[in-house]
Amino acid sequence: MILIRNKKLIPYLLLAPGILWLALFFLAPIVSLIGTATKTPAMGIGEYIQTYRWANYWDALVTERAQFLRSFEYSLLATLIALAIAYPLAYGIAFKTGRFKNLFLVLVVAPFFCSFILRTIAWKQILGQEGFFFHLLLNLNLVTSSTHLTASAPAVILGLAYNFLPFMTLPLYSSLERIDPRVIEASGDLYANAFTTFRKVTVPLSLPGVVAGTLLTFIPAAGDFVNAEILGNPGTTMIGNVINAQFLNTLNYPLAASLSFILMFMIAILVLIYIRRSGTEELV
Amino acid sequence: MARISQAAQGDLVIRNLTKRFGDFLAVDDLSVNVPEGSFFALLGPSGCGKTTTLRMVAGLEEPTSGSIAIGNTDITQMRPYERPVNTVFQNYALFPHLTIFENIAFGLRRRGVKDVKQQVDKVLGLVELSHLAERKPSQLSGGQQQRIAVARAIVNKPALLLLDEPLGALDLKLRRQMQIELKWLQTEVGLTFIHVTHDQEEAMTMADTIAVMNEGKIEQMGSPTELYDNPKTAFVANFLGQSNLIPGMVVDRDGDFNIVDIHGLKIKVLKSRTRASNSSVLFAIRPEKLRIETEVKAPSGNVLIGGRIEDVSYIGVSTQYQVLMPWGQEIMVFEQNDDGIPPLDKGDPVTLSFEPSFAFALDGAQDATAGSEVIPEDDFDSE
Repeated sequence: MILIRNKKLIPYLLLAPGILWLALFFLAPIVSLIGTATKTPAMGIGEYIQTYRWANYWDALVTERAQFLRSFEYSLLATLIALAIAYPLAYGIAFKTGRFKNLFLVLVVAPFFCSFILRTIAWKQILGQEGFFFHLLLNLNLVTSSTHLTASAPAVILGLAYNFLPFMTLPLYSSLERIDPRVIEASGDLYANAFTTFRKVTVPLSLPGVVAGTLLTFIPAAGDFVNAEILGNPGTTMIGNVINAQFLNTLNYPLAASLSFILMFMIAILVLIYIRRSGTEELV
Repeated sequence: MARISQAAQGDLVIRNLTKRFGDFLAVDDLSVNVPEGSFFALLGPSGCGKTTTLRMVAGLEEPTSGSIAIGNTDITQMRPYERPVNTVFQNYALFPHLTIFENIAFGLRRRGVKDVKQQVDKVLGLVELSHLAERKPSQLSGGQQQRIAVARAIVNKPALLLLDEPLGALDLKLRRQMQIELKWLQTEVGLTFIHVTHDQEEAMTMADTIAVMNEGKIEQMGSPTELYDNPKTAFVANFLGQSNLIPGMVVDRDGDFNIVDIHGLKIKVLKSRTRASNSSVLFAIRPEKLRIETEVKAPSGNVLIGGRIEDVSYIGVSTQYQVLMPWGQEIMVFEQNDDGIPPLDKGDPVTLSFEPSFAFALDGAQDATAGSEVIPEDDFDSE
């Protein structure tokens, strides 16, 4: 047994594995990524030499600006849809399910027991023309036999919203569940009806959950390529698809690297602005 | 904007109020009148139904049956936000996301009152916390939060102000101070205060009228002095202060007095202070009404002989003795330390005497320990 005599060392020892891990598998790759992005083509396919061409970043942004915009548009819409579904769900679980609360929470995370890709493929089948759902819509005359529900922008957005729903629901649930029921009662006691109480008390107090949930949905959705790949068409490619293709198919490493870095950078900026604007640090 | 019957004024009239939670009867056919402008306390142990009663008046709990009215306005069916009633909650329930100013302004804004700023400033001045208007509740001490909770309620000038164990979370010293402040505030604003507590001292300090509750019913109601000097039941005698209750039989009469035989001793109790349906009684005397002496006296109508000191606790202002009587019962005696004579010792044989007019007798059919074994509820969320 090792005795640690110097107590001041303990925090560093506890942090060491994590820091080492991040340094090796996050910091080092990022530095390498930034470097790769400024390389230019050499002789053979997939071979590049370092020329420090920083303009590569600008070129990448200009060429793929449509995909960037689409990515943010899709993930924003998916985040809003997920919020619209998750808020009532989390509210219901927190306040109305009583002793079945834990069962509902398990159900929220149950999809994680099945692979992300498998679930997305399942959506393709559910929405497909052979599927039960399509036939239902057909019988209701809401679609014609030539309509395609899959391979469309809405399918991609709904896929994103579906896949990241638990990440939205859980933080919302935890912030709603923490609200003291007496504060809700106090609002009623002070002449606020149910709707005003919701607006003036419940929503403001659940804001930390809203911020956490939207971030946990928006960030991964913006970089996602699986949904666009499986549920989309060539007109719905997101930036993740481009990066994926450039790295693995075209072997254009500098372009893929600069796109990756730009995406990360933009998300970081957006998140910072968002957190500043929502002023959540005051709430806790 | 909420529709509130601000017109409702007058006494709080509760008629046959009953509340069941499944098989549990929390409030049992309770009827009471609380005069307008009074400070009324509902006192009782944990689970006696006092908080449930208060919550039904606030509209936070629905009665199983019965009615609640303020003056001539029946409020039984009204939603909480429609009632001219405000509550000071047990843990204050201040809005953590709003400033102190906005917390107090909450009710005024919901009612669309015009001069919000003026009214909030005024009530903040009343509780002497004007300088904290822009703080958040979490930045305030417990005592300050308590005053803000009161300010947030009284700013609305409700017909009734309900206080649910309002001082339960404060330490003893602060509690004493707040008791006096609340009493002063009540006289100042002239509202009807209904105060729920398990702390008999708190109720006695503040209330004009106390209703002692037990198992969903009111055991006895009256002024603090009335309840203390003239308890009707063993529960009230034990819950409000302490009492020595000794089983006995009324064996004779002598003018204004009944002669009670307790374990062979004949003692006198005023007929007017005897509440018994037959000759079986509980002879009762408060510990501070007993005199303790080592001198052996002849048995007479106001003397208990044959005691021996079992335990002595010197607590400064008084000395508390446990005296073992020949029939095996321990009698409590509180002796004021006002004579410079050192306390008696453990094991000393003693004689106890009392002024006959201080003794009382209760119906012998009840449990002599009712209300005395109540564990004080330290956890203010237990009910």
